[in-house]
Amino acid sequence: MHPTTSAVTLAVAVFLASAVESVEALTIIVAAGVSRGWRSALTGMAAALGALVVLVAALGPALVYLVPVNVLRAVVGALLLVFGLQWLRKAVLRAVGLKAKHDEDAIFKQHVDALTLSERPEPADRGRVDATGFVVAFKGTFLEGLEVVIIVLGLGGGDHQLGLASAAAGTAMLVVAGVGVVVARQLAGVPENAMKTVVGLMLTSFGTFWAGEGLGVRWPGSDLAILVLVGGYAFVTWALVVLARPSPSPVSSEQARA
Amino acid sequence: MPEAPAPAAAPAPLLMRWLKAFGAFWWDFLVGDTPELLIGVLVAIGLVALLVKASSLNGAAVAVFPAAVVLLLGGSVYQARRAKH
Repeated sequence: MHPTTSAVTLAVAVFLASAVESVEALTIIVAAGVSRGWRSALTGMAAALGALVVLVAALGPALVYLVPVNVLRAVVGALLLVFGLQWLRKAVLRAVGLKAKHDEDAIFKQHVDALTLSERPEPADRGRVDATGFVVAFKGTFLEGLEVVIIVLGLGGGDHQLGLASAAAGTAMLVVAGVGVVVARQLAGVPENAMKTVVGLMLTSFGTFWAGEGLGVRWPGSDLAILVLVGGYAFVTWALVVLARPSPSPVSSEQARA
Repeated sequence: MPEAPAPAAAPAPLLMRWLKAFGAFWWDFLVGDTPELLIGVLVAIGLVALLVKASSLNGAAVAVFPAAVVLLLGGSVYQARRAKH
């Protein structure tokens, strides 16, 4: 594969994965902002983003320059593979109705209900940062962000493209934040489940490729093998959705004929 | 005479709580409700390493690794489907 094509594939994978995680974080931040005040929610989010930047700055260069590239690729590939398979499995189960779809509106309502019920600050303290709102926004941003960091370090570090991966993740966060400002509480409009399937395919493909390279496998066609893996896994995912779809029960067939 | 209430247990030190939360995050991240995927990936990697390092069977490794991944995904979906029915 041409180096540019490889970089574009990597950037798309990081962008989509980061966008999905950002939507989940945004749901929590908006819920905290609406129910506990925007000052606490935005402060919590900013503090978490700061902590994540420090984490990437501390771990990124150490990973890229100190760990031998084959060891890094084998470990990172295994991590991406596990992560990607988990996402693909969930995607198949959601597609056949064996698992509830990720409903951001329902999650938003759940958070708002829980936060509204907990004790609110006294009116005199309204100027202060509300601890509950801060902690909820911090935790939501940090945990979802940590998954982005792992993907950025994994995909970017494994291919020595940390700058590109960080830029793709940053762009995804800005896009989601921009969309979030416009649509505010209508996060369910984001096609999160479809995006998760694509991300699952990419993480599984990159994971297989890099774990293999780290172990000494020489893939035919070099980087082109990533595209072949994406296509193959996409076909298998589609086949699993068709095969795992529950067949109509005999009773319901009878009822349908009646 | 009423018994004196037992003293409340002291909260765990901050470092311990952080370590516990860190461990819980990684456990949930890597294992969650699908331990078979983590174990399967480790077994597949071991098998590929054996094929490449010990037997120099690169062609077999190229075929076996993606096939193992497909089997893992299919097996895990099948298991989830059976559990639901």
